[in-house]
Amino acid sequence: MSAREEVLARLRTALRDAPVEPEPVRDYRREGTTDPEELRALLVDRLRDYKATVHETTPDGLPTTLSAVLADATVLAVPADLPVEWLAGHTGEVRADPDVPGLDTSDAVLTGAAVAIAETGTIVLDAGPAQGRRALTLVPDRHVCVLFAEQVVATVPEAIARLRSPASPLTWISGPSATSDIELRRVEGVHGPRRLDVVLVGAADG
Amino acid sequence: MTIPHGSGNLVGLPFPTAAKPRVRDIGLRANLRRATGTIRAKRAAVVEEVERTGDWEPLREAGRAIKAWTMRNLPELLERFETAATEAGAVVHWARDADEANRIVGDLIRARNQREIVKVKSMATQEIGLNEALAAQGIEATETDLAELIVQLAGDEPSHILVPAIHKNRSEIRELFAARMPGTDASLTDEPAALAEAARRHLRAKFLSAKVAVSGANFAVAETGTLVVVESEGNGRMCLTLPETLISVVGVEKILPRFADLEVFLQLLPRSSTGERMNPYTSMWTGATDGDGPSDVHIVLIDNGRSATLADEVGRQALHCIRCSACLNVCPVYERTGGHAYGSVYPGPIGAILSPQLTGVAANKSLPYASSLCGACYEVCPVKINIPEVLVHLRQEAPKNAAEKSAMATMGWVMRSRRRYEAGLRAARMGSSPWRGKGSLSRLPWPMSGWTSSRDLPVPPRESFRDWWKREAAEGTGANGEGE
Ligand code: SF4
Repeated sequence: MSAREEVLARLRTALRDAPVEPEPVRDYRREGTTDPEELRALLVDRLRDYKATVHETTPDGLPTTLSAVLADATVLAVPADLPVEWLAGHTGEVRADPDVPGLDTSDAVLTGAAVAIAETGTIVLDAGPAQGRRALTLVPDRHVCVLFAEQVVATVPEAIARLRSPASPLTWISGPSATSDIELRRVEGVHGPRRLDVVLVGAADG
Repeated sequence: MTIPHGSGNLVGLPFPTAAKPRVRDIGLRANLRRATGTIRAKRAAVVEEVERTGDWEPLREAGRAIKAWTMRNLPELLERFETAATEAGAVVHWARDADEANRIVGDLIRARNQREIVKVKSMATQEIGLNEALAAQGIEATETDLAELIVQLAGDEPSHILVPAIHKNRSEIRELFAARMPGTDASLTDEPAALAEAARRHLRAKFLSAKVAVSGANFAVAETGTLVVVESEGNGRMCLTLPETLISVVGVEKILPRFADLEVFLQLLPRSSTGERMNPYTSMWTGATDGDGPSDVHIVLIDNGRSATLADEVGRQALHCIRCSACLNVCPVYERTGGHAYGSVYPGPIGAILSPQLTGVAANKSLPYASSLCGACYEVCPVKINIPEVLVHLRQEAPKNAAEKSAMATMGWVMRSRRRYEAGLRAARMGSSPWRGKGSLSRLPWPMSGWTSSRDLPVPPRESFRDWWKREAAEGTGANGEGE
């Protein structure tokens, strides 16, 4: 018997007399607030609590905000499909989808995101538009992430519902890389980016 | 068909023997007390946040029910997982036990002509003793979690699922880095940030050059073939993303039926585990993706005693464990002995019920007694594993005599009902003076008395339990969970 057949046979034997299990009841909360102002305030609070830096701007103000946020990034990595207008005010070197050594010598990476969860301060990347491959947001020491208000949901179930296709790799990010392994003191930044900047783009100016 | 048990790093010295020197180690106990106390407080704060919306209990119940349903349908779900992962470009291997899993991983690495690999911390690979098995084949596995790196440099064993280096303080770690980590500057201080920076520099070169990585997985989604790794430092992402070959060793019980089930476990796990609303990084991948991450993706599904555990109608709930370690942090016995005393890679209350089932109780007789049966573990478990119930059940597996057997049966009956059990605890608390005066735990009020009249409460080490009990009685506070 192959290992596969044998393991499956053992499991079937183990379950021979097991009663039928009822379908799980899932009566937990699936939705939180949908009020844009509450969502914004909650997300900003949770991101800051986990040591991300938050910058708030408007669609028109985005290039100006980004040029200020990225002022000290001499070499900037970006996904190949980053909207060009985001970098309208940026003057440093820009590398589109560099290889790993190219990422290792970049000061920062700029991407978009797929969805964000306000209650947990989490940003999810799904390799969709303006996000690129996973190494991009991992190797540089700083990640600057642009997030639009309509991408923000309150709860984890709402985020999962928006991510129905896990065929592409997903990365959930909640604050910068961290460890508490030494005497339980939280230290920001071990192997992933040590700085996380979130640029939150709200509604257009009145 | 008799179902064989598992092998690997699951058995050590008998618990009372191993525990004694640890309990006497003042430094270790101070580190442990501080660590478990800190994590306990963090967990309580973020769990309370969810309790305020009334959502914690429904989430726990959903977690429990999904796991129970999964175990009942495990063979079909595994087949489904295999199909989905294979369609997505992964190669799925099966291993009956530790040796077979180690052989599969070693063969894969050697077929790629590699002598060095990078590893993400994983309980499953520790369980099967993968690093040692690879070393015997001339393959060097570098642990990349900061804590695991510390433990590996020290030639030590992890002492906590979540904070494996909980038994080392900063100056010990500084000395270790200076002595054993190549390229470490002599001016290195013992500031945690400086130590983390030194580890970052040391490991980065390895990440950028590694061709093969080995990981475990927290969850494996049957519906989609997706694997999930939950972590903090980013070393997991490095291993899962940069090498060409990724080999993930996954216990068969890690299956979840549907992708959407993650919405339950990604709420339960980080809050219970590190006491965070969400851990810094969670990676999910499905087979191989063109131009993004490893192109050569392998999954090794291991049994190693899990099917034998599944056969036990009371004990099978131990397979629901999501390795959050909340039960360790509330356990008065663990707080005194640390993880090494359990002699298995699975320490604490969950280790006391999981290890003996994976190996068979006969090979691990003392572990079901490594508990005071206080019930705190059950209260915090995010998937509601009734650890006291399983402990009592396992003690019954090898009964000594008829009187003890009936005492244990009473205990099992007490444990099965939360209300009866709590009443017993309260009664025990109020009647605490008889044993406190005598310095032994020989009498407890009914319904617990049935147990203690035939045998002293098997609480290794008895001394630590007494201290804890005294503090409990004095403070009247919550190690037993909400409202107590
Ligand atoms: S038994 Fe429960 S509390 Fe303990 S580690 Fe497993 S899931 Fe966590």
